Amino acid sequence: MLRFDQVSKRYPGGHDALSRVSFELQRGEMTFLTGHSGAGKSTLLKLIMLMERASQGQVLINNQNLNRLSRSQIPYLRRQIGVVFQNHQLLFDRSVYDNVALPLVIEGYQPKEAARRVRAALDKVGLLSKEKLNPLTLSGGEQQRVGIARAVVNKPPLLLADEPTGNLDPALSAEIMNLFQQFTDVGVCVLIASHDIALIRRLNRRVLGLSKGELVHDGVLAHVDTTSKA
Amino acid sequence: MSTQPAKRKRVNTRSARVGAKRVNTPGVEPSSSRGASSHHTALGDRWQAYLSHHRHSAKDSLQRLLGNPLQSLLTWLVLAVALALPAILLVSMNNLQALGQRWDGAPQMSVFINPRAQKAAIEGIQQRIEKREGVERVEYISPQQALSDFESQSNLGSALRSLEANPLPPALVITPMPELSAKALAVLGAELNAMPAVDEVVFDQAWVQRLHEILRLGEVISLSLGALLALGVILVIGNTVRLAIESRREEIVIIKLVGGTNAFVRRPFLYTGLWYGGGGGLLALLLLVSGLQWVSAPVATLAALYGSEFTLQGLGFTGGLLLISVASLIGWLGAWLAVGRHLGEIEPQ
Repeated sequence: MLRFDQVSKRYPGGHDALSRVSFELQRGEMTFLTGHSGAGKSTLLKLIMLMERASQGQVLINNQNLNRLSRSQIPYLRRQIGVVFQNHQLLFDRSVYDNVALPLVIEGYQPKEAARRVRAALDKVGLLSKEKLNPLTLSGGEQQRVGIARAVVNKPPLLLADEPTGNLDPALSAEIMNLFQQFTDVGVCVLIASHDIALIRRLNRRVLGLSKGELVHDGVLAHVDTTSKA
Repeated sequence: MSTQPAKRKRVNTRSARVGAKRVNTPGVEPSSSRGASSHHTALGDRWQAYLSHHRHSAKDSLQRLLGNPLQSLLTWLVLAVALALPAILLVSMNNLQALGQRWDGAPQMSVFINPRAQKAAIEGIQQRIEKREGVERVEYISPQQALSDFESQSNLGSALRSLEANPLPPALVITPMPELSAKALAVLGAELNAMPAVDEVVFDQAWVQRLHEILRLGEVISLSLGALLALGVILVIGNTVRLAIESRREEIVIIKLVGGTNAFVRRPFLYTGLWYGGGGGLLALLLLVSGLQWVSAPVATLAALYGSEFTLQGLGFTGGLLLISVASLIGWLGAWLAVGRHLGEIEPQ
């Protein structure tokens, strides 16, 4: 589903954000991406979204080499990737419904079909009753769930989440992780960048540990007490 | 909900495979095969969606303009003034042209006859000309009469008298019908010139030529002024749209993050430019019409003093429509330039 093959990213100025990172994620797999800030988590996510391009190596999504995609093809790649942002990235000039519907509007769905999907996504995150509200009136946890609904509304095969539980209390975090797990049950490949070691440990899933741009760990967290400090 | 996962699993494996194919062919709109099992978006549906986004963009951008009425009105007024100026000049030119065509000043033509022509031949010519259509009056001026006229009108009489013979030829002075156009006058002149015994036709057409030259100059001036002001309109709209883009930067980033194409992002701003231009054109038309209304009474009075039935002409329906369309086009162009310049800079970081 998602494959990194000896990927390095050097920013202009000589800073190596990632060096020779290789891993592969399968469909229906939930994986965590950890590492202290500056370890290269954001860069890795940006490479998948094609917000940045790899300096060396290849990133493949569904066997499609991202190096070969032109600028004009980027939007079509991004439609295959649902992204949950740490700061939610919601639009406060429109309702919850319109926020979630945005990817479908962009893809040109019929309003009826779009409405069906938006309601299904909102139902999934438990916000069906709040579709008419402005996201500003929602709590942080609810805003995050609106962001998740938007990320999955067009059923992307790949879901990225950048610190999705960053500002949430443990109960809400667990709830959101539970949501992600449900998505993997239907075949979605989920990659979650997170600091929350306690939560990761509890979920006992595969963990990719980054340190100074290198992949220093790949496996469940029980064995990696050293990187957990990083 | 309990039966959902199994059903969705099948759906999603399929969409994943389809998704891989789609990146290879980005030109193909993804909604065609995305997701839901039985849902297939046909070409017609996609066209519908495209149109619906156009409708939505048009409506939304107009609502945004009307939602900020004071600022929009100011922009519209600036555009209206800039567009009305060349339009007024053009209308004035058209009116002057119309005035030139129905000139009541009754120009005269002098037909100089060969001095050797017999009196009978001259009379024959005179009769022929009198019968011609478009000629009001023909007057014969003999060389002697011409000489005495010349003597009385200039101080050169004694100099002429010192000559052995009268150098002035016989002439016919022709007064054409007043409604004859400059073109018809020229035709008449050529016809007279071709007659036997006619040496030369001089007609008082200098004023026609001068008027035409002045009108041509006026046209060039109003066109270049128009081009200059059109550039101004493009810049004003470009700047306004740039501000609009800036104020919606966050939205643009999010749209790009969830897979919006540049065309999708561009669309509402192009409509913004179109609305600005079109609204400016409409206001310019109103300015023009009320301005004409304002001066038409004095013009009619003035024309009456000259015994003329001249009335001012406006742009007409087609002209008005053209003004609004051109203004809309200029607005769209200004928006396009601004969008092309600034949209590329806004990328998710």
